[in-house]
Amino acid sequence: MNIIEILNLIHEYKEYDDEGNSSGTVRAVDNVTLEVKEGDFVAILGHNGSGKSTLAKHVNGLLMPTAGSVMLLGRSVPEADPIWTVRRDAGMIFQNPDNQIIGASVEEDVAFGPENMGVPQEELADRVTEALSKAGMSAFRMSSPNALSGGQKQRVAIAGMLAMKPRVLLMDEPTAMLDPSGRKEVLKTVHELNREEGITVVLITHYMEEAADADRVIVMNEGKLIMNGTPREVFSRVEELRACKLTVPAMTELAYELKQEGLDLPDGILNWKELANALCNLN
Amino acid sequence: MIRDITLGQYYDADSVIHRLDPRVKLLFSVLYIVSLYAGRGILCFALAIVFLAVIIALSKVPVKFILKGLRSIVILIVLSAFLNLFLTQGEVLVRFWIFKITKEGIRIASLMVIRIVLLIMGTSVLTLTTTPNDLTDGLERAFGFLKIFHVPVHEVAMMMSIALRFIPILIDEVNKIMKAQQARGADFENGGLIKKAKAMIPLLIPLFVSAFRRASDLAQAMEARCYHGGDGRTKLHPLKYHRRDVIAFLLQFAYLAAIILLRIFLRAFPVEFL
Amino acid sequence: MQFELKDVSFSYQPDAKEPKYAVHHVSFSVEKGEFLAIIGHTGSGKSTLIQFLDGLLKPTSGKVFFNGTEITAKGYQYSNLRRLVGLVFQYPEHQLFETTVLKDVCYGPKNMGLDKEEQQARAIRALKAVRFPEDSYEKSPFDLSGGEKRRVAIAGVLAMEPECLILDEPTAGLDPHGREDILSMCRELQGSGITVILVSHSMDDVAEFAERILVMDSGELKYDGAPKEVFRHVDALEGIGLSAPETVYLMRELKKRGYDVPEVVLNTEEAKEILLDIFKK
Repeated sequence: MNIIEILNLIHEYKEYDDEGNSSGTVRAVDNVTLEVKEGDFVAILGHNGSGKSTLAKHVNGLLMPTAGSVMLLGRSVPEADPIWTVRRDAGMIFQNPDNQIIGASVEEDVAFGPENMGVPQEELADRVTEALSKAGMSAFRMSSPNALSGGQKQRVAIAGMLAMKPRVLLMDEPTAMLDPSGRKEVLKTVHELNREEGITVVLITHYMEEAADADRVIVMNEGKLIMNGTPREVFSRVEELRACKLTVPAMTELAYELKQEGLDLPDGILNWKELANALCNLN
Repeated sequence: MIRDITLGQYYDADSVIHRLDPRVKLLFSVLYIVSLYAGRGILCFALAIVFLAVIIALSKVPVKFILKGLRSIVILIVLSAFLNLFLTQGEVLVRFWIFKITKEGIRIASLMVIRIVLLIMGTSVLTLTTTPNDLTDGLERAFGFLKIFHVPVHEVAMMMSIALRFIPILIDEVNKIMKAQQARGADFENGGLIKKAKAMIPLLIPLFVSAFRRASDLAQAMEARCYHGGDGRTKLHPLKYHRRDVIAFLLQFAYLAAIILLRIFLRAFPVEFL
Repeated sequence: MQFELKDVSFSYQPDAKEPKYAVHHVSFSVEKGEFLAIIGHTGSGKSTLIQFLDGLLKPTSGKVFFNGTEITAKGYQYSNLRRLVGLVFQYPEHQLFETTVLKDVCYGPKNMGLDKEEQQARAIRALKAVRFPEDSYEKSPFDLSGGEKRRVAIAGVLAMEPECLILDEPTAGLDPHGREDILSMCRELQGSGITVILVSHSMDDVAEFAERILVMDSGELKYDGAPKEVFRHVDALEGIGLSAPETVYLMRELKKRGYDVPEVVLNTEEAKEILLDIFKK
């Protein structure tokens, strides 16, 4: 079943000059059609300003389409009334860990979403407990968010979403501001949720290595969806990716270069293990 | 400097005072301030000190921590003490040049200092033992009746709790920007008042820009979590009065009554220096 | 020698009973014109360390020398040091405040007390050095893209024409394109004779460019050497939350399988040549 269906989506916004006069329209998302299956892990790649965030913000109604339609769980997002009801089903994690924590303690923060939804008080504590345990943050229940590391803050933010029991997690560059260990920690959590809880994940990133583990990779450039396939399919198109200011994972690039030089290697090698195996199979 | 203000900083501990309903502690702050102005004379202040000391002891907040909050208002205290010390008319004890210190001056100045110190310490207890969210919850409920007059009580309370959450983050930010501008040769320490004020521009503009960026991020994050105002919101820990709250209410009214009675009694039977 | 640190330690609460040290007994020196990288995970003390170099922090104990003068000595005037040692903090675009790009870059030279013409001349030289497009000098810095803002902020430090440029995580939050821009810019700057010290937790950033790597862990200096030396210790690096470029893992695996490859290879071009030699038969 398709959990997200986007059809011919266009998003434009007006630009203003210093005097406040309209100086033209910018098309941030240009005629995008996309379907996401329930339970999938989808990565959206693109350089800054390629329209990948703008696209994702239509799925939970933070932005409204200029034209085209967006369906979530068979329901039209722009027509949802009140709009916040669609956000129960599609949680969103943002880039800056500090700017999305509202509560003064981890527990209060995780409860914020369900509180807004009007979940009965008796049920709230259970939801918080469950969400924290799924995000692996139970030990920090009473901590102040300010005392946590970047990766831990992002896991609190994830728990805050899980407490709303969403079907989709939209993640808008959740690791861009984290160090390598924080990045690993967050990705591990998200992959576990996808595998074990069956939550559909849409991960927006510009780290190719993060996209390599996805079921499907979508590449955006200048507002257009230009590639849509498995990581292997997408990463074998090295030249095209370079043309839209993206780099492929280092090992994919090395394999590609070796292939150009005449080595008989398979397409779309993703990591050093695969490359080592492929090289050893040559002889 | 900014780091020293304990107002609005929660001290985590497990105590009776921490567990009290924030509305009780809010009322305490008000009553305590009233008592400091209702009371006259050393006996009343002695009672106020004892009462506060008991509360602080119960709260398990280290006294050092509370005293730190006073550091930021030292100048205010010293200034008002000096004014009272030198400008009060009365029986002259010491005289030098155009200054004279009077018996009344000493009395009023010392009472003044005690009053300010107690006032800050008394209100600090509220913020130190109540999480910002409990505090705003308390305010929201205590002033909830104003909704009838179309006062956006929930919105104001939400804004307050968010402001409180971002204070440490913004303080951190100030330090970072300050260092970044110092690395570009900025001088925040030397020069006259105007030069100092001008030196603040490269600090304040980035701070505002960052605050606006954070505000817009946060607004989106709140919307993404189904926030749509106070209607239909439930609470993880709704405020409920317990027995200890009732007892605390009674105790603080008893304290205020004692202060007022003491004052009336002392006026009827004046005792020298009390 | 441009910098020399002798047994430097730092604690945020030196008076505590058991003070925690952000930096503990660290000694090293930096030659003029070097490209040095300091790596370590968050909280390893690397950001604290670089603040000693331009006097924003004073070590609790130990001495720091700049061009032979002790900058930790009592009464040392930091203003000149801060001009000669340019420090670019993490997310430096957060320091922008002026109405135009050019004015913002002039801020440093202005603080040095230079006249208007010299301020502008330096600002323009700095903006050229970071390859900022000339037709955008009069734009508001707040209207720029993330990568452009960062380059303007770096120009703001370069405009003081320092002998040494220290950058704390200069590629954080940028996309791959912006990342490459900044790193190749650093290399160009070093080519023009400036000492460059790069602080990072990204191995891919430092492995290719740095001539020398310092590895920090829990406030202590763990390794100090050429990249090829440092990345020999892959397992130890992983133990302290760091990693090595993938080429290192690839070579190690091939070696394990009996191929005659060097132990440490840091960039894909070099790896390509080696692999072609072996496998193209």
